[in-house]
Amino acid sequence: MAVSTQHHGKGPPVAFTDAAVVDAFRRIPEFLARDAALMARGRLLDVDCLLGPTVQPFHIAIRAGAIVDMTPAPVLMRSSRFSYLASPQAWAAYWQPMPKAGWHDLLSLTKRGEATLSGDLHPFIAHLQYFKDVLALPRRHGFGGAA
Amino acid sequence: MTAFIEPIVGRYVHVQIDGEINRIYFEENGSGIPLVCLHTAGSDARQWRHLLTDEEFTKHFRVIAFDMPWHGKSNPPDSGYGTEYKLTTASYTATIRAFCKALDLDRPVVMGCSIGGRIVLNLAIDHAKEFRALIGLEAADFQQPWYDTAWLNRPDVHGGEVCAALVSGLIAPQGPQVARNETLWGYKQGGPGIFKGDLYFYRVDGDLRGRTASIDVRDCPLYLLTGEYDFSCTPEDTLRTAAGITGAEATVMEALGHFPMSENPAQFRRYIAPVLDDIRVRNGG
Repeated sequence: MAVSTQHHGKGPPVAFTDAAVVDAFRRIPEFLARDAALMARGRLLDVDCLLGPTVQPFHIAIRAGAIVDMTPAPVLMRSSRFSYLASPQAWAAYWQPMPKAGWHDLLSLTKRGEATLSGDLHPFIAHLQYFKDVLALPRRHGFGGAA
Repeated sequence: MTAFIEPIVGRYVHVQIDGEINRIYFEENGSGIPLVCLHTAGSDARQWRHLLTDEEFTKHFRVIAFDMPWHGKSNPPDSGYGTEYKLTTASYTATIRAFCKALDLDRPVVMGCSIGGRIVLNLAIDHAKEFRALIGLEAADFQQPWYDTAWLNRPDVHGGEVCAALVSGLIAPQGPQVARNETLWGYKQGGPGIFKGDLYFYRVDGDLRGRTASIDVRDCPLYLLTGEYDFSCTPEDTLRTAAGITGAEATVMEALGHFPMSENPAQFRRYIAPVLDDIRVRNGG
């Protein structure tokens, strides 16, 4: 076999702190509220779900595509349809302006074991691009990585 | 008339496959060595439009891209309506060979992407002498599944939206936005259950592990190229496959994902041009 490659997909993710990742995640509702087109894509979506960094998940209530409530977990006896939780390093890498290969998609993160998806996945799958884009919003708003 | 008209010509050829006539739509441009291009699962031959209009390539190659039956402008065969579509290794191989025979192509080069890359390996295993060279993009003998294909065809999920959203992550972020949009548009337009039916070949029927070692590149050179951002058929999957084939050429393409020819045609050109040059030189061009 002859191989021609400069492949570096397994490189380490970027520098980050857990606090910076959690803070960036907290700002997603505000970023979404400023994005009318993305909200419109979620206009038929009402769901309560658990999303965020593994170190600090959030109970998130979405109504007509807008995040109307976001409360740090745990909340006593709060239900959620599904959860998508990723390691802080995964979020930090995912939010880079040009994410590295393998760290660039919600489902590449699950495949590499940096994120877990569980529960009733119907609302997530039926609005998959919406969730990919909502959860990528810190990328567009200049996530730096360090606190 | 002043409007720009592309040199691509599209026609239909009637091809008998497994005992039934299929009306297959194909596009072509250029002259010289026949180069047949195979699209990815759930999409169609529009993915190849940039290669089809590349004057440097079409000077030496007759570039041909066809829509598989059930895809693009190739309808299902008459008996297929109302049945569940499932692509198999046998039916896919038969379709390619029948198409090449129908056009009377003389030992064409076949280049396929994704499922097209996988079937190229099967052509190399069983039919190498019929081809001058084989090119597998995003090709491996097997790769680990990363989602449940049952989501692709059910009444409570929009098929076009979910197919596009699933594969959107397979596109490298460096590509032009318009090319990304166009690549996903193909997925939004697929027929119900067609992407899922193609993946029956990819996931269930087409596992080539243990068979590729028999490939003899002296009969037919084999080139494998995979984008670094492809987490479906990963570079590691391709390199592992190539490592088991004496003489196979393997390249990892930077800043490209699972759809190199359509997601970033200029970047893909950097990698495919030397391959096509090599084939041309080997064939006295």
